[in-house]
Amino acid sequence: MPELSMVQALNAALRHCLREDPRTLVFGEDVGRLGGVFRVTDGLQSEFGQARVFDTPLAESGIMGIAIGLAMAGWRPVPEIQFDGFSFPALDQVLTNLAKYRGRSRGAYDMAVALRLPSFGGIGGPEHHSESPETLYAHTAGLKVVAPSRPQDAFDLLVRAVEDPDPVVFLEPKSRYWAREEVSLTPSPAGGARVARAGEHATLVAWGGMVQRCLEVAEAAEEDGVSLEVVDLRWLAPLDEETLVASVARTGRAVVVHEAPRTAGFGAEVSARLMERCFGSLRAPVLRVTGWDVPYPAASAEHEYIPSVDRVLLAVQRVLDA
Amino acid sequence: MWRSGRAHLASTLVAMSGRDDTLLQRCYLLMLTARRIDEEAVRLQRQGAIVAFPPMAGQEAAQVASILGLRETDQVFPSYREHGAAIARGVEMVAYLLAYRGAWNGGLYDCRRHHFAPIASAVGSHLLHAVGWAMGARLDGRDDVAIAYFGDGATSEGDASEAFNFAGVFRAPVIFFCQNNGWAISVPVERQTAGEIWRQAEGFGLAGVRVDGNDATAVLEATRAAADRARRGEGATLIEAMTYRLGAHSTADDETRYRSADEVVRRRTEDPIARLRALLAARGVEEAFFATVEERAAAAAADLRAGLAAAADPDPDEMFAHVYASPPAELERQREEVRSLRDLEAADA
Repeated sequence: MPELSMVQALNAALRHCLREDPRTLVFGEDVGRLGGVFRVTDGLQSEFGQARVFDTPLAESGIMGIAIGLAMAGWRPVPEIQFDGFSFPALDQVLTNLAKYRGRSRGAYDMAVALRLPSFGGIGGPEHHSESPETLYAHTAGLKVVAPSRPQDAFDLLVRAVEDPDPVVFLEPKSRYWAREEVSLTPSPAGGARVARAGEHATLVAWGGMVQRCLEVAEAAEEDGVSLEVVDLRWLAPLDEETLVASVARTGRAVVVHEAPRTAGFGAEVSARLMERCFGSLRAPVLRVTGWDVPYPAASAEHEYIPSVDRVLLAVQRVLDA
Repeated sequence: MWRSGRAHLASTLVAMSGRDDTLLQRCYLLMLTARRIDEEAVRLQRQGAIVAFPPMAGQEAAQVASILGLRETDQVFPSYREHGAAIARGVEMVAYLLAYRGAWNGGLYDCRRHHFAPIASAVGSHLLHAVGWAMGARLDGRDDVAIAYFGDGATSEGDASEAFNFAGVFRAPVIFFCQNNGWAISVPVERQTAGEIWRQAEGFGLAGVRVDGNDATAVLEATRAAADRARRGEGATLIEAMTYRLGAHSTADDETRYRSADEVVRRRTEDPIARLRALLAARGVEEAFFATVEERAAAAAADLRAGLAAAADPDPDEMFAHVYASPPAELERQREEVRSLRDLEAADA
């Protein structure tokens, strides 16, 4: 198996999809000749041609809108929006049309669109390059939402997202783009959540870039004799409640970690589900360690915004002491 | 206001060929049917049989003649006031009107069979879908074109400009069919845009044309020319069809708050149906034809009333059916919750 970065694994997934299904199309800003600002689409235009891998004008609503029309014509669009913070001009097309078109046509049209969205912070990006928009999408009926945390999942989940007959918002954690591991290029189903590390005393719940943070926390805690389980949700919609509940029912304690602001963040949903399903097993309140309720700060302050190992450890201490 | 109907009638008499006579008669039948169905739908709303309705009267030539200028496999992207286009396409009108009874958002007609997309009320957003569809058709090597219908108000939306731009860059075989009816609810077109809408085409590298939208023959010719151009791979055309909304924006609107009765009376003299009738009569069509058409249009309106009365709404349970190709477990649980509540209510009754 080749050792690949997440960027390379995503590239391999797109190459796989373009090869396997001649109706797959890749487009967006700078994805053609340049190969994308993160090089996720590197070399795809020269291999598959300008008809199937193409640059678009700089207009996110336009990118999303033509994806919907292409899907209606039976194509399988994989549009890229260059950065999380620039996805909002496309939000109307996503919420008003992409998410609803199957229903509005009473099932006549599949919306087989995989929207790739480099997301989250942690790379010292300029303004609007570090946002966590997952809750907007997970709150919208008709969409699926997924975020990989490692190269293997990036490959498997992207292949799955492209093959899905429904719209999938694919959130790529920029902070993990250059993480490397051996990757099998035979796609596996990658449905539901994944126990990224087994443990006994408490469960850490995360997705995207915060999974790695939680694994670091678990390493640190182990030195103090505390055994933490890390659940990588992967899919926020549909949420794999069973894997989540199975873990927390066993450990009795849970901390949800995300980069997005706390209020009405997806951690609130996880917390509510755990209360509904695991109330009898919980030995402490479910805690959230999140970004603050502020606009994503300038790069100089992001180390105090993104949940750190120490902040998560403090929360772990609180649930263990309860 | 726009162009003298009389002067244009004379030029049309010369320009139209004999082979179009049958088509124009069909056009007249469809336009009158659309008018009678429009009037019937307003009455049905007043009687509580449908919830709200946006009348189209006055725009029949723009809608019907443009559809007749296309092939049946050309894909239509309507806004919410396109029942004239729908009738010309053969869309089942009971199924169409059920959207306005609140039976199903987007409509209950067979959108694939008629190549007629769901009703779009998010103003301007569907122009981009038409561009994407047209790009897809071209990638498939087909020469079908897409047509998007919208009003003067929609051109203010950013999505309209993005659609024009994408269509230009990708030479998409699409027709942007703007019905400039003078009003976006209460706002006159002068407050909507300071320029002429058709001229926007040039800035985006499209062909642009303004036609008398109340002249069926002009609309037919303009649409045919735009479709031919698109099929030849020469790209998109923005047609600005000058017309007038004779009724209110919708049955929930009070037009007397923003425009004078005099204006409406004056614009009624440009009624597209009367104009086509005059043209046909001048070309020798006899009175018996018009009498027959009047009967058929009235019958279509009566059929609509009867059909709507007989049509059932879909089971509310269907709200869960088309959210995803296959419902996730959580959605199935919610659906079961509704079903069990029904069972409880049934047991109580």
